[in-house]
Amino acid sequence: MSATNQTVQDHGQHHHHKDLAHHFDTLEQQHDANTLGMWAFLLTEVLFFGGLFAAYTIYRYKYSAMFEEASNHLDITLGATNTVILILSSLTMALAVRCSQTGQAVWTGRWLLITIFFGLMFLGVKYFEWKHDYNIRLMPGKDWAGKDFFWWQYAKKAKEMEKHDKGHSHALPDPKDVLPDNHPSLGIKGIQESQQARLFFLLYFCMTSLHALHMLVGFVLIGIIAYFAYQGAYSPDYYSPVENIGLYWHFVDIVWIFLFPLLYLLGAHMGH
Amino acid sequence: MATVSLESRPYEKVSDHDSSHESVNYLNHDHSILSWLLTLDHKRIGLLYLVTITLMFLLGGALAGAVRLELLTPKGDLLAADTYNKAFTAHGIIMLFFFLIPSIPAVMGNFVLPLMIGAKDVAFPRLNLLSYYLYFAGSVIALTALLLGGVDTGWTFYTPFSSTYSNSYVVVMAVGLFVVGFSSILTGLNFVVTVHRMRCPGLTWFRLPLFIWAIYATSVVQLLGTPVIAVTLGLLGVERTLGVGIFDPRLGGDPILFQHLFWFYSHPAVYIMILPSLGLISEVISTFSKKTVFGYHIIAFSSIAIAVFGFIVWAHHMFTTGISPYAAMVFSLLTFSVAIPSGIKVFSWLATMYGGSISFDTPMIYAFGFLGLFTIGGLTGLFLSTLGTDIHLHDTYFIVAHFHYIMVGGAIMGYMAGVHFWWPKITGRLYSEFWGKLSAGITFIGFNFTFFPQFILGYLGMPRRYYEYPDEFQVLNVFSTAGASILAIGYLMPMFYMPLSFFFGEKANSNPYGATTLDWTDTTSPPSPHNFEKTPVVTEEPYNFHGKEAAVVSH
Repeated sequence: MSATNQTVQDHGQHHHHKDLAHHFDTLEQQHDANTLGMWAFLLTEVLFFGGLFAAYTIYRYKYSAMFEEASNHLDITLGATNTVILILSSLTMALAVRCSQTGQAVWTGRWLLITIFFGLMFLGVKYFEWKHDYNIRLMPGKDWAGKDFFWWQYAKKAKEMEKHDKGHSHALPDPKDVLPDNHPSLGIKGIQESQQARLFFLLYFCMTSLHALHMLVGFVLIGIIAYFAYQGAYSPDYYSPVENIGLYWHFVDIVWIFLFPLLYLLGAHMGH
Repeated sequence: MATVSLESRPYEKVSDHDSSHESVNYLNHDHSILSWLLTLDHKRIGLLYLVTITLMFLLGGALAGAVRLELLTPKGDLLAADTYNKAFTAHGIIMLFFFLIPSIPAVMGNFVLPLMIGAKDVAFPRLNLLSYYLYFAGSVIALTALLLGGVDTGWTFYTPFSSTYSNSYVVVMAVGLFVVGFSSILTGLNFVVTVHRMRCPGLTWFRLPLFIWAIYATSVVQLLGTPVIAVTLGLLGVERTLGVGIFDPRLGGDPILFQHLFWFYSHPAVYIMILPSLGLISEVISTFSKKTVFGYHIIAFSSIAIAVFGFIVWAHHMFTTGISPYAAMVFSLLTFSVAIPSGIKVFSWLATMYGGSISFDTPMIYAFGFLGLFTIGGLTGLFLSTLGTDIHLHDTYFIVAHFHYIMVGGAIMGYMAGVHFWWPKITGRLYSEFWGKLSAGITFIGFNFTFFPQFILGYLGMPRRYYEYPDEFQVLNVFSTAGASILAIGYLMPMFYMPLSFFFGEKANSNPYGATTLDWTDTTSPPSPHNFEKTPVVTEEPYNFHGKEAAVVSH
């Protein structure tokens, strides 16, 4: 394809714009490239979580009864609270993007910081939830591994006690009460139940911790962009970093919107 | 701007006008080490990849040599059984993840993609450098795993062996692959955005060189497939470290799930390796036939079709695992359909050459080798997509021969064609045509000696991954090992004459072959740091050799 000698019309002031990287011709081209890059990255992320969702789907189908029972051990109230918090953070993120587009530098920074605040709140709730999960032996640990199925008996006992006193005393079962001197009494069915419940909780921890990891990365990125926003780095001409971090944050939210029903609501009909 | 007509000999000495003074180019504008290690220039990053993957190729090749030497005799005498397992595993992992997957995209793609589309750089130069260092870090981690004692699972990491029983450094290796996977994802992302947003004025989609179509299709596969293997290896690591049973049937898990997830990436990964070669060969054959590509549109679409089909045939690796026979039938049928776009490409190359004015330069000789080997590799793939035949041939040397015909005979021949093709552009120097053609010929002969006997071995029932075999298989194995040593010579030769050319080779003009794409017509050899003096404007479709004069850019 032979090209002519003619030069592209020089785009005047754009070439000297401080935010225009040398290899782009126009700010618009740069903005489009950045946005497409972010969408492509999110596509990758969908597939990245997709592997876990595929594994979840297979075992949900294979061990549906136990998945529902295991799901019933998670705290719907905390899960729902977190869902609301995260949706609020999406709102504040959308406001940050809007402010960057209209050139309100200070409010861009503020909304970004508020987004981080909601994100931290989410992880705070998650921390107490995980701690509780750990106490009732749902979390992968030494009780969990290999052929030791004791953890599931313990978790069931904890659930029973919680149901009994309507969650007021927060007392944990005495391990001795559930410690089977006689593993065989679990029977093959008990062992299978324990294995299947373990798969559920494995996926629960993998998926929620991968999600949390994405939030942590988000905090760092949002923090950096908030800093630049306060410095006045963004203008109606150039706001793609804010827009892109917004896309990322909404993606993290959407993942949670899927995780919440799949993990928490699955066993809701079994009552608490 | 001077022009040379197409009739002039390709390797004509550069006119005084061109070589009277050393112009500023991307190689000589800054000589410091840091200017290389921290470069954001896609051309320099391409060269960083070239050097690194060449080292990995030598390592992977040495391991292949160890495997072939062990198989010289029926008894396991050179390597211990365990060492043999680790040798072929390391060979597979290094060649696939650290050489073939980055080969054409990261080296050729990085170097020529922006040049071919008239861009100053890829869309995200910093991300590009990050990709390189992720690749580098992943390589270091993988080599660490090898030095610690290696991995004995085979490159496929099948569970529950890899998750429960293997005592080797599976987790370290998995971390290495995880990291290198992100290098691949980011390169793919960068290229997708670059092709979409960085094309120069007038360069519409159907004016893109076919290599760009192929790289684009490859990049999409990298973007969509690689994250799945990343999360799969992550789960494998979790299973190994926590002792939970997501893939372990003893603990309620499903080992077949691992295979599904693994091949959901690793089959498309085959197309990551071969698709760029397919595009590259279109460039080479058209250029050295001085003829426009036959069926441009359908070739472009066949690259996309191969990428799409690549995602829906993964279970053909699992016909013998007891998956549902109905699923197997569907996957078999889909696998057959991959032959359609592949066949279209082969016929298009032949039709392109037909009636063309063919010159037998080194890249073209490599391309010829590619044509024959890729065709054999493709056709034997049909044997394997046939359900009944696959039961017999599964996990035998037939499979080993088949995928080496595609991966080595196809992808590496294509890569070598590409390195030779763009060498004058990359270095501004010409290599020795004599040694070039000789190496292409030796590679072709050595390759066939190595791998053709393996088809017969597999047909006779010799299983892969065994370090001993019955005496009656020895003759063919001796053939194969002897062939491997010829092949090694073929590969080693360019490692001598190419560096020699870099320092002492004759100066190349900007378009020694009279090619028609922007990388040749509108840049100097080697290109200037920012590629183009003026942003090119494209006014017509590619490969128009008729009645045109190929431009030579001079500064």
